[in-house]
Amino acid sequence: MTEQFSPPPSRGCSNTPVLKQRGQHEVFCGLTGIIWLHRKMQDAFFLVVGSRTCAHLLQSAAGVMIFAEPRFATAILEETDLAGMADAQQELDRVVSSLLERRPDIKQLFLVGSCPSEVIKLDLAKAAERMSAQFAPNVRVLSYSGSGIETTFTQGEDACLAAMVPVLPPTDARELLLVGALPDVVEEQAIGLLEAMGIGPIRVLPASRVNDEYGIGGNTLYALTQPFLTDTHEALQRRGANHIAAPFPFGEEGTTQWLRAIADQFGVSDAKFAEVTDAPRARARKAVSQASEALRGKSVFFFPDSQLEIPLARFLTRECGMEAIEVGAPFIHKAVMTPDLDLLAEGPVIAEGQDVDKQLDRCRATAPDLTVCGLGLANPLEAVGLTTKWAIELVFTPVHFYEQAGDLAGLFSRPVRRRSLLNLEAAE
Amino acid sequence: MKLTVWTYEGPPHVGAMRVATGMTGLHYVLHAPQGDTYADLLFTMIERRNHRPPVTYTTFQARDLGADTAYLFKDAAIAAYERFKPEAMIVGASCTAELIQDDPGGLAETLGLPIPAIPLELPSYQRKENFGADETFFQIVRHLAKPMEKTARVTANLIGPTGLGFRHRDDIVEVTGLLMDMGIEVNVVAPMPASPSEIAKMGQAHFNVLMYPETAETAARYMEREFGQPYTKTVPIGVGATRDFVAEAAKLASVEPVLDESRLRLPWYSASVDSTYLTGKRVFLFGDGTHVAACARIARDEMGFEVVGMGCYNREQARMLRGLAKEYGVEALITDDYLEVERRVEELAPELILGTQMERHIGKRLGIPCAVISAPVHVQDFPARYSPQMGIEGANVIFDTWVHPLVMGLEEHLLTMFREDFEFHDDAGASHHGHKAKLREIGLTESKEKETVLPEPAQMSSGPVEIVWLPTAEKELKKIPFFVRGKAKRNTETFASERGVQEISVDTLYEAKAHYAR
Repeated sequence: MTEQFSPPPSRGCSNTPVLKQRGQHEVFCGLTGIIWLHRKMQDAFFLVVGSRTCAHLLQSAAGVMIFAEPRFATAILEETDLAGMADAQQELDRVVSSLLERRPDIKQLFLVGSCPSEVIKLDLAKAAERMSAQFAPNVRVLSYSGSGIETTFTQGEDACLAAMVPVLPPTDARELLLVGALPDVVEEQAIGLLEAMGIGPIRVLPASRVNDEYGIGGNTLYALTQPFLTDTHEALQRRGANHIAAPFPFGEEGTTQWLRAIADQFGVSDAKFAEVTDAPRARARKAVSQASEALRGKSVFFFPDSQLEIPLARFLTRECGMEAIEVGAPFIHKAVMTPDLDLLAEGPVIAEGQDVDKQLDRCRATAPDLTVCGLGLANPLEAVGLTTKWAIELVFTPVHFYEQAGDLAGLFSRPVRRRSLLNLEAAE
Repeated sequence: MKLTVWTYEGPPHVGAMRVATGMTGLHYVLHAPQGDTYADLLFTMIERRNHRPPVTYTTFQARDLGADTAYLFKDAAIAAYERFKPEAMIVGASCTAELIQDDPGGLAETLGLPIPAIPLELPSYQRKENFGADETFFQIVRHLAKPMEKTARVTANLIGPTGLGFRHRDDIVEVTGLLMDMGIEVNVVAPMPASPSEIAKMGQAHFNVLMYPETAETAARYMEREFGQPYTKTVPIGVGATRDFVAEAAKLASVEPVLDESRLRLPWYSASVDSTYLTGKRVFLFGDGTHVAACARIARDEMGFEVVGMGCYNREQARMLRGLAKEYGVEALITDDYLEVERRVEELAPELILGTQMERHIGKRLGIPCAVISAPVHVQDFPARYSPQMGIEGANVIFDTWVHPLVMGLEEHLLTMFREDFEFHDDAGASHHGHKAKLREIGLTESKEKETVLPEPAQMSSGPVEIVWLPTAEKELKKIPFFVRGKAKRNTETFASERGVQEISVDTLYEAKAHYAR
């Protein structure tokens, strides 16, 4: 299959001035990532050191309770812990000891910092070091912060993965590392395509079990599968690993360019690349064109949420025929976002951070056909007549690579189709 | 430090949000980091509200902490006033802002806003959601309501309903109707859906109806003291309680008690023969203190159940519930640790749990039916249909809700009669529940059962002596229908341990059955 994409825009959004406003953010904090990270790392336990609010957030963000005993919990700070620091460290030791005693299946424990633990400067890195020594070799203890004063929603996963990079052993092997916690089905598809091109060995961060881990070094090549992994990117750079820059693998075009960038690094021939990708590309193209029928010619407005906004705007404008009005992201890291910004044609407002009230004013004024936003905003916007896609589903649903490209378009087209289906007028 | 997996209550500022979101014309400026906005979705998603909660979060970040976070609060408060033009504001801190000690109340005072700005002190590291709601409503009443001349006609305020409350929306309608039938008018319903200007008029009612002590008891006591308004002590959930409530309200209003029972169906449904199977069903109750207390009375006196245990998660009601539990001859469980609740349920092996969404999960895991009677809430607790807990219709709703998770009366007989049948067997479950029935393979019943008999006798370690089930007794136990098996097992073990019998045989099983026969 030859390149059938529309040519890249003459002017992309890389140099578009970014609108930055300071005000209320309507986003989750980084603790939320625990909801999917604990499913991905099956021998890990996430212990948030925080307040009742943190525990309540995790329970509410999960939407429904994942019953049985989940592999996450909150050590809730109480009045007595706030009085003196030495106390809090001892208390943490007590909580962790009893937890590990009760759950011998835990092989890695993450101490997760929160807003209150950061404000009282409770040193979780020190605690993790102490506990690692105490519980080695059975349990590895790491720490990261998922606090709202430092992280936005998906940055929690970034902080977690970045914390895992320094403990990977060194190696000189030339290996490919895929970075990002993806649903198993998607991860297997990606590995399948790359192996079919003769690329390997392929490693994944995070590995599903601590014992599946591998080394890292100057010959490691890595590709990010999620656009929010900027600290992890920097941590890998510090270990000497080499970044393969590419648009993110959403939709047929993003997936093809992402695979192509990796294939080039491993000397895969055009013929081999075509042999592996032609069939799934054709399927993806067909699925996207069907699923995006309701989206053609429609406008879209992104509130900042998961950090996927820029790659998704690229997908919706280039593959689904939509027009972007505003693309808001919690933060824009040029080093990983440039390939996507280059492909996104000039036109939309590119916004970083948020003043939610002002952004809502702009959204209502432009009355987009589809608004992508968080759960706190979706129903209020629907109630004023706007069609919305709640963004958290984009993080919880398999949407990467070819076989999910149609599903990804479907996530956006379903609310549009639904609105046209509902008809409550009397028949007369 | 306390290890917590799931929580029954959120932090106190979420309680304040429930008050603010229920009201109109009030705005809450909350000093909080980003991420605390998650609480918005409780209201927009669980309760399907069509507007954002009236809350402005100051959204301070790590880099602000070195500098001055107070100006962030001031800017946010001024911007919120200008944008939303509320009649009044409440200001406070979430757990993190409490640590940086910016004093939102003091800061708001310096702004010279032309509206009342009511400061909230909600200690996040000591108290929880219900306290937050109760304290917030009390502060709003204390700042905005004044003693007034009473209305010419007899009126009452309904107090306690909030956003995200368990059936509050429909209870308001039901209680309003109960009062109207006696010629008592409603003055103000608060906090939901009152505005600050309506709160200001609360003093003119003759008395208060305290619908939910969890969220309005402090305000009720304050108004009794300051405005001379007595308040009702009976929460009208259940037939008996509704009758008591009507008598109590009539007395406070000096009118004749009137209760229209023409639509009341619970007493007849409970008396009709199909309900015979409900007799003595062992129930365990858990939730907020008010709902548990009311439901215990319904369970025992109106449904004919046996209350085998009860408890609540809100400490504020611990004393009341302990006293009540004593009357029922059981021990109250006061805890906010769901693992403890699960252990108690496992121990008691009830045939029905009346609990919260948490207990619904516990029931699912242990195979015990559960009906929901209390917050914390879930999207399913906001049904589209009218579905109160209070008053006449509330009693009807409760009958249906509690009976639904059980196997139906006649079906119980059929299951007992045909328990070895390939269609009517234990694993098939109740026929009106939507899962796919598992058919049993014909002819394999016997051999399968042989396989499933435990190779080693089951051990029981809870008593002073170890009790062992002999394989034949174990097999016999399996022949007892699933919905009574737990009770039979427990009764037999109690019977054995009381008599120092260490091995349970088929005879022990039937001796115990005869002993407990009613």
